[in-house]
Amino acid sequence: MMRVAAILMLGGLLTPPAWSQTMDHSHMDHRQMNHGAHTAQPAVDPSADPHAGHVMPAAAASMPAAAPPPIPTDHAADALYDPAVMARARAAMIRENGGMTFSQLMVDRAEYRAHKGGDRYHWEGEGWIGGDINRLAIKSEGEGAVDGALHRAELQALYSRAIDPWWNLIAGVRHDIRPQPQRSYAAIGIEGLAPYWFEVEAQAFLSDRGDAHLRIEGSYDQRITQRLILQPAAELNVAAQDVPELGIGAGLSDVELGLRLRYELAREFAPYVGINWERRVGDSARFARAAGEGASTTSLVMGLRFWF
Amino acid sequence: MIDLSLDRRSLFRGAAALTLAGAFPAWARSGTAGLHPAPGILSGEDIALTVGETHFRTGGRSGHAITVNGTLPAPLIRLKQGQMVRLSVTNSLAEDTSIHWHGLIVPFQMDGVPGVSFPGIRPGETFRYEFPVRQAGTYWYHSHSGMQEAMGHYGPIVIDPAAADPVAYDREHVVLLSDWTPVHPHRLLQRLKQMGGYYNMQRQTLSGLLAGKDQSLEERLDWGAMRMDPTDLSDVTGATYSYLVNGHGTPENWTGLFQPGERVRLRIINASAMTNFNVRLPGLPMRVVQCDGQNVRPVDTDEFQIGIAETYDVIVQPTEPRPYGLIAEAIDRSGLVRATLAPRAGMAAPVPPLRPRPLLGMKDMGMAMPAMPGDHGAHGSGAAHAMSGHSMSMRDPSVAPALPLGPGVATLSPMPMDRTADRPTGLEHVAHRVLTYADLRALEPNADTRAPSRTLDIHLTANMERYMWSFDGVKLSDGADPIPFRHGERVRVTLINDTMMPHPIHIHGHFFELVTGEDAAHFPRKHTVNVLPGGKLSFDLTADAIGDWAFHCHMLLHMHAGMMRIVTVRHEEAAA
Repeated sequence: MMRVAAILMLGGLLTPPAWSQTMDHSHMDHRQMNHGAHTAQPAVDPSADPHAGHVMPAAAASMPAAAPPPIPTDHAADALYDPAVMARARAAMIRENGGMTFSQLMVDRAEYRAHKGGDRYHWEGEGWIGGDINRLAIKSEGEGAVDGALHRAELQALYSRAIDPWWNLIAGVRHDIRPQPQRSYAAIGIEGLAPYWFEVEAQAFLSDRGDAHLRIEGSYDQRITQRLILQPAAELNVAAQDVPELGIGAGLSDVELGLRLRYELAREFAPYVGINWERRVGDSARFARAAGEGASTTSLVMGLRFWF
Repeated sequence: MIDLSLDRRSLFRGAAALTLAGAFPAWARSGTAGLHPAPGILSGEDIALTVGETHFRTGGRSGHAITVNGTLPAPLIRLKQGQMVRLSVTNSLAEDTSIHWHGLIVPFQMDGVPGVSFPGIRPGETFRYEFPVRQAGTYWYHSHSGMQEAMGHYGPIVIDPAAADPVAYDREHVVLLSDWTPVHPHRLLQRLKQMGGYYNMQRQTLSGLLAGKDQSLEERLDWGAMRMDPTDLSDVTGATYSYLVNGHGTPENWTGLFQPGERVRLRIINASAMTNFNVRLPGLPMRVVQCDGQNVRPVDTDEFQIGIAETYDVIVQPTEPRPYGLIAEAIDRSGLVRATLAPRAGMAAPVPPLRPRPLLGMKDMGMAMPAMPGDHGAHGSGAAHAMSGHSMSMRDPSVAPALPLGPGVATLSPMPMDRTADRPTGLEHVAHRVLTYADLRALEPNADTRAPSRTLDIHLTANMERYMWSFDGVKLSDGADPIPFRHGERVRVTLINDTMMPHPIHIHGHFFELVTGEDAAHFPRKHTVNVLPGGKLSFDLTADAIGDWAFHCHMLLHMHAGMMRIVTVRHEEAAA
């Protein structure tokens, strides 16, 4: 350690670098900006190539390829400052340059759905906390009647891992509070940004009763102006089997299409209006009709998208 | 008429800003006669600086600011080449601080990077920097702690040469450019991590397409297929930034005085956190005489792009007794700042309209292509087609076999070109002269013109959507190894920009010679170099400063996203 310090003192403090000697000794008196008549400078760096000043080939192909030196295991400043104090400062510096934790809470849809047979409210959102690669995420969505009954409420807790520039692998659990009977599911899927800027999410669910489901969602933000954005969105649900107690039939069970026009008063605060169309298909439609509900619902929606 | 009313209003606002922000340092005050003579400039061997905080306002924006000796920008430090200087920095903040002397050749332990050169300055502590002043020229200083440089902790350094100055001038002004937002830089970074395009309010739109603006539908589809945005020029923009000259926004109209016919030296420093500027003085040609503190052969131009942390000294010679505008326009054209050079105080040059936002093109993707006729060469549909056939080629691993292709690397430039002779982003087609790096030639022959003994390639890598920035696909926080150099060795370092944004790359403790052409004795010597999008450049570095040094992108948020390394310089035997 002492030796390193001595070298540092000698090399860093006492010996002016070659270029500064050049500055000191070779400054000519240029009162005017006339620099036509330069003479070659004496090489002052003792280690300089004797042929210094010759035209160097710029092509990398002719460049010699000496091996790089080994990576030092010491830290220069430890020779001059308390290594424990430096270690703390170094850890903080490394954390601050790439290792910070971020978070977001996004309520994508908090909306009022007006349609025949009783108006509803609907929400959909997610939050995450973590770094660039590994994150903890929660998702929630649900729907209820404005006059009181909660029809659907789902909560997911997920681990999210970036697997390439565009896609995250998400895995975790989902619990449905409504409809009853409540169900819990294992969840695995991917989400990300597909070519042409489509936001896509696909999740597979396996419930504690053994029933399997697949959900695929996609949306696209079409900027009409910098702040006015039209968002078409679609969702498909597929079930591997009938789940009569939840009104789900095997196969493609429902389709939802939406078109929402939002205005970003700020990026993180955007009211919107739109239409939403839901259609239960196949056995799901049959279950719905049996329960006295329509298989298809078209709603006018208005709501708020906000995040922080 | 318009000018007069603007002027009166700006005077009022200027006065308001003064009362709110506290006094500007004398050199930065509007209406200054210049640096000779000016009170309040810090000189001599013992200089005391206190880092504090205040409230700052410009135009309609106000917020918390970090100050040095109570001012934003910080005081001008004026030194003499060859002197010793002791700078006592007292921290009156509630958090750590530091000062890095940008471009000064100092012993590494005086370089001011917490965790690299020293532990930092704790609240209430005073740290004494002490070093010999070996060089002359225009430099600057700023915090290297807690993103304070985005909040006002920056100031100019002028070092007078020991010998006669080869640059002749009658008067000089410091022109310190910066970007100011009341939003805390941690919040800026948080927003960009949440939404990469958060501050971009100039994206392509459907209404633009219908109006025939920007790319054609075909090109938009080609770019969309690659998830690339040709409007992604700057991360943080005029949507939140006010741009400042010496702490003055356009309304406050910083004014530097001149007498007609005088040669006025402008020492222009880009102290921004996130803004590269295009600088021009309409109607007034500039003669560039220095870059990064190093004298260059005088070269005449009408506009230049100044990367963050670069400095340019120019001579202008206004002959008429009228105000001349000094315009620094953000490269994405989301805003500008106008300052005025005038024969007397109270005059205001007109504020030119913002020029149209440029679009990135094929070259900015690292796709070399032959020049195409007309303006559309940069994003011609023919070229876009050639590319859409192999969209995989934007991330071809064989381009950089050693580079880990993780989520942080969205693209690799397939055919990066040396762009040092290219006009910088957005200035490709302006009708007047534009400076390129290839125009810069060292005034004095370089001391070290040895051929490099080895080469080192460093890729500048990113994923804009996730707002990840790195060197070689690895963030500093990923446990990146230091970049080792032998003391005294000369290495040709090639920076390959795999992103579509220019990156001002800075190495501490060293100058390097930028490889432009064949005349190694006159390669321009720099401390910071702006690597154009999709391009590459090389510099020759003599590792002559023992110690550990920071090496990073000077886009503050890129550095804090991980685009940084430690460079070590050791004697060969000591490193073993």
